[in-house]
Amino acid sequence: MSPLLSFFSSIDPKARPGIPVKVQLSEIDESMRTPSILFLSAAVCWLVIGSFFALVASIKLHSPDFLANVEWLTFGRARSAHLNAMAFGWANNAIFAVSLWIMARLCKTAVRHGGLLIIAGIFWNIGVTIGVIGILTGGLTSVEWLEMPPQVAPILAFSYILIGVWGVIAFRFRQLGHVYVSQWYILAALFWFPWLYIIAQTMIFIEPARGTVQAITNWWFAHNVLGLWFTPVGLGAIYYFLPKVLGRPIYSYYLSVLGFWSLALFYNWAGVHHLIGGPIPVWLISAGIVASVMMVIPVIVTAINHHFTAVGNARATWASPTLRFIVFGAMSYTLASLFGSGMALRDVNVVTHFTQFTVGHAHHGVYAFFTMVMYGSIYFMMPRMLNREWPSAALIKTHFWCCAIGIGIMLVGLHVGGWIQGMMMNELTPDGNPKYTFLEVVHALVPWLFSRSVSGVLLTIGHIAFFVHFFWMLAGPKISRYREGPTLLLDSIRGEGKAG
Amino acid sequence: MKNLPLLFLGIFFCLAFSWTGLILSSEIQYGGLKPIALEEGETPQPQAIVGEAQQGRLIYIDQGCLYCHSQQVRRKGYGADWERGWGDRQTVPRDYILQPRVLLGTSRTGPDLMTIGQRQPSTEWHYLHLYNPDITSKGSIMPPFRYLFETREIGDAPSPDALIFPDDYAYERPPAGYEIVPTERARQLVAYLLSLKVDYELPESRFAE
Repeated sequence: MSPLLSFFSSIDPKARPGIPVKVQLSEIDESMRTPSILFLSAAVCWLVIGSFFALVASIKLHSPDFLANVEWLTFGRARSAHLNAMAFGWANNAIFAVSLWIMARLCKTAVRHGGLLIIAGIFWNIGVTIGVIGILTGGLTSVEWLEMPPQVAPILAFSYILIGVWGVIAFRFRQLGHVYVSQWYILAALFWFPWLYIIAQTMIFIEPARGTVQAITNWWFAHNVLGLWFTPVGLGAIYYFLPKVLGRPIYSYYLSVLGFWSLALFYNWAGVHHLIGGPIPVWLISAGIVASVMMVIPVIVTAINHHFTAVGNARATWASPTLRFIVFGAMSYTLASLFGSGMALRDVNVVTHFTQFTVGHAHHGVYAFFTMVMYGSIYFMMPRMLNREWPSAALIKTHFWCCAIGIGIMLVGLHVGGWIQGMMMNELTPDGNPKYTFLEVVHALVPWLFSRSVSGVLLTIGHIAFFVHFFWMLAGPKISRYREGPTLLLDSIRGEGKAG
Repeated sequence: MKNLPLLFLGIFFCLAFSWTGLILSSEIQYGGLKPIALEEGETPQPQAIVGEAQQGRLIYIDQGCLYCHSQQVRRKGYGADWERGWGDRQTVPRDYILQPRVLLGTSRTGPDLMTIGQRQPSTEWHYLHLYNPDITSKGSIMPPFRYLFETREIGDAPSPDALIFPDDYAYERPPAGYEIVPTERARQLVAYLLSLKVDYELPESRFAE
């Protein structure tokens, strides 16, 4: 047999009839353990690093003299380091761990040659580290969501391909039978991300498109990172964990099909709404607005599907760490997406565009939805991979409440502050002059920016609690309390042992 | 869903559709725009910026100015760009064709800079503003860029570029015998800011009344 053929047959885990599903799943968890733990450890470290840059940037925006003479932490660089540490460090590592693990479980395929996955993961994180250092030391590109110096793109692209391909391999060698909705979402995301990334790198840095075509490419990429990478993985995780933990099937298969395809069709086009009023052809803007409004369909459909799956299980939802985070995320998804559709309307956009409202909206999607879902997923995965329980319910509660209240304050502060900022910017006196000078608008905005720093402190506390808890679980003594059951957040349920 | 080829095709088609519709079609529609003169004999507009200003654009990029300052003027009647005096006309795709990296921006935590070279033509103003924005714009939350300046001993004669601080900001003054002067980078950045102008008309965008 040729080496290539023997390689392919070695990664093909033949269906093994007669072995109980639980045993198979546990073998799959075992095979995914080292790579998943590696990705998750890196993700949690990036989460804390990203929080540090976020705090610096946030404080600078209302107290500009804070660390003012440190060039590498000037506002433009600190906020970009924050964004890239979070998007490429935290979010991508979390996605690799969660999506590959869900994929392997649903396909019932153990990962063979996991060593390649580990090497690719190490290279990915080296790439992100170089990129963030590059941003801080003068390589910032000022292209939103692609701030890292373009030189790191090849490292990221190649290591991504070595990582993403495992999802496809798992899918290719899946055990036959029904393909579940989470698999569609994850498979699609694994294809979409590299395509978006490579095209954006090519058309902005390698062979730059002329004029504002660059800006269109930029927002096609940046919005689709949310829409076709974070969102499908987040939704795939919700579709997997919600029925799994509650022990009941998803409400409607047909709604999930409709939700998937309408998202795939409309989200693509929505990115241009970041350029409303800008120097690009008006028909493109109109197309972007139509797509943004059409996004109401997948959002409502998915919300109905999730709601009717979870309804009537409020107590279990609240007791399970996984579900508490995931339901928070699912509800935020609905709300953030409906806000997003509204913000794309020209009459609303004229107020919210260029303001902190947009920043608030970005955190609504990426944090309140996506990041909360990833937390929930990690709370489910870790005990199954390590065969031990989370050491402390108190730390999980600290994590949840700091993050929930923190993001709540930030969303209120930035949405309200941004709306005031936008109204003041546009308001005219009867004789047609601006009613407020620019510095008056800034002055009105400062207290709202301050509230964001308060929320940032809370979120950072939550992240540190999660960081400590994560590494405590990893490094600490084996705490297998199988008699007591999993760590839950309501004492009275403990012992029933269903949720987890 | 069991029809897997359909799933793959759908995943591929959806993204290809938006790429074709948004990017490829705009490249075809206006990727070939050229500078144009309003009347025969005039200089075709826009013109590329050169020299120090061109270097300054790189400073603007690596400092991340874009994250608070946009460079686009919306049409009169949509937002208050025109009323705020940020430009006499809407900016259009042709205005950007000679920029190697387009810096439209999506945030106006600071004012739009598309025409800052016309609104603030004074070099001294820009140096003081970069050194400590509060001096020229009371209450500004822009970061100070003091690290783009150097304090040095006064040579045979004071430098013509040396910063002159008003009395309210006496604490910024250097010790006697020293002066604060812009570094090469500050000079390039200000040259770039001064080059930002929309003082020409295009056939598709005339000055608004």
